[in-house]
Amino acid sequence: MLDQGATDAFVEFERVQKSYDGETLVVKDLNLSMPKGEFLTMLGPSGSGKTTCLMMLAGFETATHGEIKLDGKPINNIPPHKRGIGMVFQNYALFPHMTVAENLAFPLEVRGMGASEREGKVKRALDMVQMGAFGGRRPAQLSGGQQQRIALARALVFEPELVLMDEPLGALDKQLREHMQFEITRLAHDLGITTVYVTHDQTEALTMSDRVAVFDDGRIQQLAPPDELYEAPQNSFVAQFIGENNTLEGVVKELSGGIATIKLDGSEALIEAKAVNVEKAGDRTRVSIRPERVETNPDRLQDDAHTLDAEVLEFIYMGDIFRTRLKVAGNENFIVKTRNAPDVARMTPGQTVKIGWLPEDCRALDA
Amino acid sequence: MSDATAATHQETDAQGRLLAADGTPLKRSLARALRRQKLRALALIAPLLIFILVTFIAPIADMLFRSVENEIVADTLPRTVVALKEWEYASGEAPGEPVYAALARDMTIAAEYKEHTRLGSRLNYETTGISSLFRKSGRGVEDIGEFYQDQFEDLNEAWEEPETWARIFGSDAWLDAQAEEGAEATFSLRDGVAEAFPNTAEIYAAFAEFAQTEDEDNPFEEDPWPLAYAMLYEDLSGGAGVQGYSGPEADLLQEAAAAVGGFESQSYKAAFIDIDDDWADIEVWGTIKAYSPRFTSGYFLNSVDLQLTPEGIERQDEDQRIYGLLFKRTMFMSLVITISCILLAYPVAFLLANLPMRISNLLMILVLLPFWTSLLVRTSAWKVLLQQQGVINDVLVWIGLVDDANRLIMINNQFGTIVAMTHILLPFMILPMYSVMQTIPPSYVRAAKSLGATNWTAFWRVYFPQSVPGIGAGSILVFILAIGYYITPALVGGTTGTFISNRIAYHISSSLNWGLGAALGAILLAAVLILYWAYDKIVGIDNVKLG
Repeated sequence: MLDQGATDAFVEFERVQKSYDGETLVVKDLNLSMPKGEFLTMLGPSGSGKTTCLMMLAGFETATHGEIKLDGKPINNIPPHKRGIGMVFQNYALFPHMTVAENLAFPLEVRGMGASEREGKVKRALDMVQMGAFGGRRPAQLSGGQQQRIALARALVFEPELVLMDEPLGALDKQLREHMQFEITRLAHDLGITTVYVTHDQTEALTMSDRVAVFDDGRIQQLAPPDELYEAPQNSFVAQFIGENNTLEGVVKELSGGIATIKLDGSEALIEAKAVNVEKAGDRTRVSIRPERVETNPDRLQDDAHTLDAEVLEFIYMGDIFRTRLKVAGNENFIVKTRNAPDVARMTPGQTVKIGWLPEDCRALDA
Repeated sequence: MSDATAATHQETDAQGRLLAADGTPLKRSLARALRRQKLRALALIAPLLIFILVTFIAPIADMLFRSVENEIVADTLPRTVVALKEWEYASGEAPGEPVYAALARDMTIAAEYKEHTRLGSRLNYETTGISSLFRKSGRGVEDIGEFYQDQFEDLNEAWEEPETWARIFGSDAWLDAQAEEGAEATFSLRDGVAEAFPNTAEIYAAFAEFAQTEDEDNPFEEDPWPLAYAMLYEDLSGGAGVQGYSGPEADLLQEAAAAVGGFESQSYKAAFIDIDDDWADIEVWGTIKAYSPRFTSGYFLNSVDLQLTPEGIERQDEDQRIYGLLFKRTMFMSLVITISCILLAYPVAFLLANLPMRISNLLMILVLLPFWTSLLVRTSAWKVLLQQQGVINDVLVWIGLVDDANRLIMINNQFGTIVAMTHILLPFMILPMYSVMQTIPPSYVRAAKSLGATNWTAFWRVYFPQSVPGIGAGSILVFILAIGYYITPALVGGTTGTFISNRIAYHISSSLNWGLGAALGAILLAAVLILYWAYDKIVGIDNVKLG
């Protein structure tokens, strides 16, 4: 499934570059390959090039260099309306002067489909998104969530093999967004559609996708399934961008057997971390550790584990968990999350505690 | 806690209305609270409101009133209008002696006040020749009185003296005041003379008022109008109560009363016909009668090529039917101008809305540049371009497309007007279109394309319908402006390219037939309102966006 460059790839970007002004590259050397039926999310901060990639795929932007292939055929010179790609836009782009049913019939109509056949398909598509009763309404008479469903139905009604979604849930409130996330993934999987989804919301990316491509600075920083992305970030950008993360800076003292021994900047202590993105002793590194992997009860740590002194700055009770902000090796934003269990003590600000972690939970990444 | 109980136990009065905390009904309390705000808002818009009322609403109301107002006939010839009630145009004969007698008095007074020429011009709109008839009669009406004046003066020279008349008809109080105040004393009639000599007293009183107010003379020293002698003759020969009269100059009057039987008499009718044969013409009398009511539909009938004749409403003579043609031409040309504007403005507005900001700003300046140029300059520029010895013809001749002998006539006709006005009104079409197109997100067209629509289908099915409100707004603006346009058609319209507004201007400033101008204007206003209403019905005014 992760076989990049495989011959059965459905969507392929080959060394694609894009520049708008001839001076700076918005997309730098993009290589991506997607098998059929995959749900892939392009995730990244704004300006990272993810939407540009989507627009190039849809045909609204042309690649400055490189080739985009769909089902093995280069599509660089095919106009958007001949690509047969369904697309859901950020603000839905439902045609305001047409009813919902007319909106849905539009792609069928321009394909020259007969009226009766159209009607059946429109009805099925509306039922699919549970909007069967709304065919006669105008988009302006629908709520945001309903418009979203219609936009989805419209992108699917002509049975495209590839659907692109450009931050489709950005305008919805949290509850509706979560519900729609589930619905979109269900539809995509049920219909076996290949989906490229663009978002800047990492939760959305993690919950919906088969694979996530993390974009930054015009490049894919990491392309991996959600769990891998969270558990095993390849560089400090990904570690920082996906989920909550604690970063400690330091210098690699020793590198052996995949374990790096690191001297932290703000303290004399040495710690051990899994060497992921460091090359040799003497390199500067950023050490990444997830807040829930930090152990505050040294009794439960292995004997050989390193421990650090930490000062409690803030303790927040959040019901299921406790969230503690600590000062560790000069970093005042070191977060620890502990499960609310009977044997976990509550900490008070000003208290000094010992913290530690397993070396395999701690990753030494690029500086 | 007390708040909570107050909220749950809302006080109500006998009618079940909610009461405020102080016991007044909640509605009134609210109205009072809002009154201050309303007054302040009113004060803010007051200057504009007053300005519009004075300079816009009031003139329009005045214009609408003028288009039906016709008081001049009844005001200038009040006695004649009353006397004419008995007369029927259908009788085919000129009216009888009483009408002419009434006319003699009205005409004398009108001539003295110099109002007869105004009435003459007014009635001349309806029947040509009346203007000169009235002018002539104003001069000749004195002859009627002088005929009797000579006979009275032959009888006794005392009748030549203004004092004689003043003493008979002036009240004692006035005569006494004469001694002290002179001309300042306001004339009043002697008690009883109005009963004894009704006709003479009426005319003399009118004379005295005229002498004092208009000429600022003393009736004591002024010769009365000659008509007074005719009136006196009428009163005396009619057996007026000379016996009952005991005031000054009673002897003189008794002498005259005895003598009038031997006076030579003259019929008013004959006298007027003597002044001008037209007074025997029933068309003249028919016109006066038809236009004697204080309000008339005559102006409106004229505006639609009809006329109010003594026999009723008739079509205007063939060679005078111009307004129907002008209205149709105005509508047609405005429509052509509007359509040309749509065709030319749409691509420009589209570019403005879709080009990058920097280029579209530049383009916008180009659109607005003519807007900032004087209308006259732009119109004159078109004259230079389009005339037969103008730039375009020269170029066409030079490249050999047009023979030098057959240069195209492109100005002083409909073509010239349409070209110049399309150019002048173009910004009014571009701007609303642009502001609507600007609000159409590019994602609609993208969505259409991604759904499989070709460029043309995406434009025609998705973009165009959303730009229709802009077209509507621009069209209303341009059409309404065009329909009332005046300067450009006047300058480049020639004879075939003039609009109804040019005719209105002619009536307002040249022919001074304000009533007809007002009626034409009212019709134009009604046409615009009807079009606006129809547009609202068909397209919906909600679909119009001006920005």
